[in-house]
Amino acid sequence: MAKKVESTFLSMVLTLLIITLVASAALAYVYKVTKGPIEQSMLKKKLDAIGKVVPQFTNNPNAEMYKLMAYDNSDSLEIYPAKKDGKLVGYAVKTFTNKGFGGLVELMVGFTPDFTITNIEVLSHTETPGLGSKMTTAKFKDQFKEKNPKDFKLVVKKDGGDVDAITAATISSRAFCDAVDRAFKTLTKEDK
Amino acid sequence: MNQWKNFTKGFIKENPVFVLLLGMCPTLGTTTSAINGLGMGLATAFVLTMSNLVISLVKNVIPDKVRIPSFIVIIASFVTIVDLSMNAYLPALHKQLGLFIPLIVVNCIVLGRAEAFASKNSIGSSILDGLGMGLGFTFALFLLGTTREILGSGSFLGMKFIGDNDGMLVFVLAPGAFIALGYLIAIINKLKKA
Repeated sequence: MAKKVESTFLSMVLTLLIITLVASAALAYVYKVTKGPIEQSMLKKKLDAIGKVVPQFTNNPNAEMYKLMAYDNSDSLEIYPAKKDGKLVGYAVKTFTNKGFGGLVELMVGFTPDFTITNIEVLSHTETPGLGSKMTTAKFKDQFKEKNPKDFKLVVKKDGGDVDAITAATISSRAFCDAVDRAFKTLTKEDK
Repeated sequence: MNQWKNFTKGFIKENPVFVLLLGMCPTLGTTTSAINGLGMGLATAFVLTMSNLVISLVKNVIPDKVRIPSFIVIIASFVTIVDLSMNAYLPALHKQLGLFIPLIVVNCIVLGRAEAFASKNSIGSSILDGLGMGLGFTFALFLLGTTREILGSGSFLGMKFIGDNDGMLVFVLAPGAFIALGYLIAIINKLKKA
């Protein structure tokens, strides 16, 4: 084994300096290389979700995105209008709730121009696998399709609403309803 | 022969999960399905191999008193590289593993092998040790993930073979991780003695 460098003040400072310099240079390079693909994959995911929740469109909803303050002034939501040949065919609303069992749940909810729900996509969630994570399945989501929250109470049946909760995941179901409700109320608040 | 041993000891004889019981946090946290276990294991294996390689390269120029901070910086750099690359090229898996990827930094196995092996041995043996330990870790996570997925969700690698609500839910949740791990360790111990 070769002789080790002595632990003097100078050698310690120099070693750490060189190691951190090399490490930060390497990280800066990797960051630069991966920045593009990360942004692209995030954008693609968002566009895919928009495409799934609203009817066919020909415009670029991402470019026409505008923000609306949520009905309870908690945070603003992103609204993506979908237009076909200049005519409005629906809205995709990126909504969220902090009431999930694991915290933040983000949804993309599609509405027709008269605010009927067309479809819902889960963008991100940290619910329990096998329980709350079932909110991403069609079995749960499909009950919202074609429903207008004006006459479809966005509350689980246990609390007197119209939504069938997921078995053993009432909190996740409530959170889901809360997020959809937030999207609806925010989108319609200027209508009233 | 000795090199071969450096490589293979990570699988059964000194398996980081089943024998050394190191790195329990990602082991229990990420193994809800076989594919998650596999992804986590491979990410750790990559970090382990690369950090072992670099640490055995620079071991002679690092003064003893600052070796731990130096190792941690090297390990953290590789973890960040894995984190960024996974986010860019495997976004779905990255989302699943979430917080556990950055947490590879504090995984005992990585620093443990750096301190116990790479800082004392040649580059070749260190790479083999990192590779062996990493694959042993992957194997353990895959086994645990498979067990929990089959019992808990009734599927294997995402393919369902029983109906929707028929899995034993406890195995997907945290207690099931401990139970499954305990039985796997018992079985491995039995096999090792036989």
